[in-house]
This record gives sequence, C-alpha cells and structure tokens, in this order.
Amino acid sequence: MPEPETTEAAPPSSGAAIELEGLTKRYPGSGRPAVDNVTMEIGAGETVVLVGPSGCGKSTTLKMINRLIEPTGGRIRIGGEDVTDMDPVKLRRTIGYAIQASGLFPHMTVAQNIALVPKMLRWPSGRVRDRVEEMLDLVGLDPGEFRDRYPRQLSGGQQQRVGVARALAADPPVLLMDEPFGAVDPITRDHLQDELIRLQRELHKTIVFVTHDFDEAIKIGDRIAVLREQSHIAQFDTPEAILTNPADDFVSGFVGAGAALKRLNLTRVGDVTITDYPTVGVDDPLEEISARLRSAGTDEVLVLDKRGRPYKWLRRGDIVRAQGSLARAGVLVHDTVTRDATLRDALEAVLTDNTGRVAVTGRRGAYEGVVDVETLMNSVHELLEADRLEARESQAGLEEQRSAQTHAEQEGADPSGDRGEAQA
Amino acid sequence: MNFWEYLESRHQQLLVDAYQHASVVFQCMVVATALGVLIGIVTYRSEWAGSLATTVTATLLTVPALAMIGLLIPIVGLGVPPTVIALTLYGLLPIVRNAIVGLRGVDPSLVDAATGIGMSRLSRLVRVELPLAWPPILTGIRVSTQMLMGIAAIAAFASGPGLGNLIFRGIASLGSKNALNQVLAGTLGIVVLALLFDAAYVLIGRLTISRGIRA
Repeated sequence: MPEPETTEAAPPSSGAAIELEGLTKRYPGSGRPAVDNVTMEIGAGETVVLVGPSGCGKSTTLKMINRLIEPTGGRIRIGGEDVTDMDPVKLRRTIGYAIQASGLFPHMTVAQNIALVPKMLRWPSGRVRDRVEEMLDLVGLDPGEFRDRYPRQLSGGQQQRVGVARALAADPPVLLMDEPFGAVDPITRDHLQDELIRLQRELHKTIVFVTHDFDEAIKIGDRIAVLREQSHIAQFDTPEAILTNPADDFVSGFVGAGAALKRLNLTRVGDVTITDYPTVGVDDPLEEISARLRSAGTDEVLVLDKRGRPYKWLRRGDIVRAQGSLARAGVLVHDTVTRDATLRDALEAVLTDNTGRVAVTGRRGAYEGVVDVETLMNSVHELLEADRLEARESQAGLEEQRSAQTHAEQEGADPSGDRGEAQA
Repeated sequence: MNFWEYLESRHQQLLVDAYQHASVVFQCMVVATALGVLIGIVTYRSEWAGSLATTVTATLLTVPALAMIGLLIPIVGLGVPPTVIALTLYGLLPIVRNAIVGLRGVDPSLVDAATGIGMSRLSRLVRVELPLAWPPILTGIRVSTQMLMGIAAIAAFASGPGLGNLIFRGIASLGSKNALNQVLAGTLGIVVLALLFDAAYVLIGRLTISRGIRA
C-alpha cells in the first residue's frame, strides 16, 4: 500500500487550542443541567487542570471535549475547527485519552495496547512498531522488557505510564486526562506527576486534566479552573494567582489551609540558588579530610561515594572520634533532591535530615550542590511578595480592560478581539 | 459373547455411529454457538431483552427431549432435521446466558476507554468486549456440549444418527444375548466422546484465551 512518507520525518505535533463555548449537558428527566454553559479558552500547548468537588461536572465537561458525552448545547472548537458535529469516532482518534486505573485492555500486551490508535489510523506496520518503542522509551519503560508483557504483569505506576503512552501514541495535539493518577499510591503518583511535567516540557501538547486533588492541580497546571457545581467556573487562573488571590470563599475553601506552604510546590529547586559546599571523596585520606574541614570554615563536609553521589555528612567531632577509620563516622545522607524537585520536597528533606541543608543531585545521582534552610525561607518570602504584587497588578489590569471594553462597546466596536490577551 | 468380543466384532458399525454422534453434536454446537453469541450480543445491553432471551432459552430446555423430538417429527419429518433442530435449541441456553453475563461483566471503564480512543461500536465489540467475555462464553459452550452428548442419544427415536441407535436397539430387545452389550457400548461411547470433546475445549481455551486474562 503506498503510504505518504511525509509523516515519518514530521516533528511531533504540538498542541492545538481548545475553545468551549456555552457548553451544556442536560440529562433528560433532570431539572438542572449537569454542566451549565461552560465557556473556556485553552491555549495551544497549555496544561489546564479542572478541579472541583466530586459531582461538580468536571469529568462530564472533559468527556464532552471528545464527545464521549454528547453536549446538549454549545460549541467545541479544537485548533479553530468546529468539532461539535464531526464524526465522533474520527474525532477521538485525534485526541489522546487517559483515564483512572490506566484503562489498558488486559487481553492485549503492552505493545498491542499502545499500537491501537496508530493501527486504527492505518499507519504502516513498521512505523507502528517503531512508534511503540519510542513511546515506551518516552515514558521510561524499557521496550525490550515491557513490550510483550500483559497489563497484569505491571505495577500500578507502570500501567499508568503505558496508559499515557497509549494516549500519546498517535501524536495527538490534545490530551485529555481523567483523574489518571487517582488509583496509585502517593509516592508513585508523585513520580508520575513529575514524569508528566517532564513529558509536557518536551511535547507541548494541550492537556486538559481532571482531578479533585488541589495539590495535584497546582503541581501540574499552567492554569487551573476551580469548578463548583454544574461546572460553573469559580476561578480560572494560574496556580500562583489562585493561591495568593482566591476569587471567593468557595475557592479559598478549596485551596485549603496552608496556601503559603502550597506555594512551595510551584517553584523548583533549580529556580533558587544552589550553593556549593565542601566535599571530600570517601577514599580520601583522613588528613586530607581534616585539612579540607579546616580550610572550608564550616562545621561539616559532605562525603561523596566513588561515583560522586552524596554519601554522608561528616562533622569535626566525628573525625576526632573516628580514630583512623571513617567507616562508622558521620551521618548517612537520607534524602537528596533533583533540580526538578519542588521547594516543598526540598523543605521536607531539610527538615528530616537534621543538617539544615539538602544535597542537590544531577544525572545518576551525582552531587551538584546544596540548598539550605535560609535559601528556602528567603525564596519563599520573595515569591509571596512577588505574587502579591502581580495579583494587585493583574487586578488593576483587569479593571482597566473592563473599562476599556465598556468604552469600546459603547463605541459599537467588537470587544472580543482583546479577550485572548486578557486570558493569557 | 462377552462385551470385548462384541466390541471387536462390531467395531466398524460402532465407529460409524460414534463418528455420526460426534459429528451431529459438533455441527449443532457450531450453529448453537453462532446463534447464542449473536442473541447475547443483540440483547445484553438491555435489561429487558437480556432476561427475555435467557427465559425463552431456559423454557426450551425444560421441554423433555423425547417430547421435543416427537413434536418436531410431524413438522420436519424423520431423521436428521428434527435431531439438529432439537439439539441446537437445547444447546442455546448455557451459551446465551454466559454470553450475556460475560458481555455485561466487561469493566465499564474499559468500554469507556475503548470508545475514548476512537474505536467504532463494531471494533469495540470485536476487539475488546468479545475477547474479554470469551472465557465465560467458552465455559457455556463446554456445558452445552456435555449436555448435547447425552441428549443426542434420544435422536435415535426419530431415526436420527448416532450412538443412541445402539441404546434404543438394546432396550427394545432386552433379554436377547447382545442387548446389554449394545446399551453398554452406546453409553460408554457417549462418555468417551464427551471426555474427548472436553479435552478439546481445554486445548481451545489455551489457544484462544489471551494469556493476559487466563486464570
């Protein structure tokens, strides 16, 4: 079968904008609509999280985008094209869909699951095979090991990764995720979230993500839509703005206590100053270590193992007590963070390790520097200060815009031209 | 003449009967499976239609085999036709019921996922729902086959094919020297056939049920 070669070398398609206009779902026999008149613009390549209490219609709203649930009113546009009336089966093949508990088909292997959508789109088989390998690599699973496994032979986290790989296999511009990490344990969920953030940095898809976990929302979303019942939008804004300037009591109730702490989730270790710290190798002779301690002017040095990974903290006193051997001296390093970790993770690590600082590691766990408690405190202060300033400015900006709009309307001009800017 | 001598002298005839018995059961099972799964597919989505299908096939099963064949003779005549019709009808219940239960038992989130990634109604059925419902359906087919093995013996009443002829002849001539041998040979033949079929189903199960969902 002759197949156009163009797609082979095509760069991965990045996101397409989604516009929901007056989207409504009314079930027959119930008085109130389940989703009432949702209007929302989601920019190309943006990650938007719909968050709200259970039963608020967030999942229904999501499922209307790929028309698993047919809207009873309103329009859906993806990449500028009105898809409200197009063949839903064709539409869904161009939209990635990942759900809770992975939704993998248990009777198909990992490779068969991932290959489903490309095969439906009639990709040539060689290309499908390559794509499966590529997708497994992308989500961090070794193709040789996992390709021929069945879902039940995978852990929950691995299943979820394969679920994401399947959703992305045909390179859709839009990815819908319906509480995808809801059924895995907290530690795995954390990893999967980090993974998704990394993926998104590479792929720039337009992601609509549904969750009821506000912390997950702040971690993942570029913008968050806090929904109340019937999918009414209580606030649609950046995580920073929602944390520092919740629109009303409903939103602040949903944000919950400790907004300042949650703010820590929004900043990565890589964004703050990572300082250098005196280090020694684990095989260095004792005299050299002592000399290093004296010259460093600190109370401690960080001992690195043979592969340059943080191994233990060594104090002055430890060396005196060590009596020639370092084997038992010092405190083992419990926890390290990467540059991608959030400040909250870093704070957690600082608090559990009683050294007052945490080592930052790079590739293969190699030492890169440390973050200490003062750095953390200072950056949080700066962040909160900056947020407040920004919130005030955007408030003022909005007001200005509104008055400009009213003015324009009075003049009889079309006010919609400015809306994209107001959203951005 | 003892039983073994009897078997030896009549093995030609016995093999023909056994082959015909197996053949009629097999063919009826193919038809019953196709029909049963089809009925299951058509009815499983509706509570009402599903229970109607199950009830009707269950009622059919309660008609005594002899009566069923007796009633069919005036309509379709003697021989193969009444046998095939009766056996197919009897074979339906386990298949229909298990098909409905199996299809309804497919995890709704998987159906949702299948639709969500862009499968059409038909490919969802063929590639997701039926493969997942296949183990219970196969169990239904197995149960049906065992049942039909026994019921097929009664086909001899309508001059149908199979090992039933031996049993009927034996019963009709009780007291004569080969009567018991005939009944015994017919019965044992059916048991052996049933076991062979069952072994075949185990093999079919191994070959057709995905390793990912095999118990």
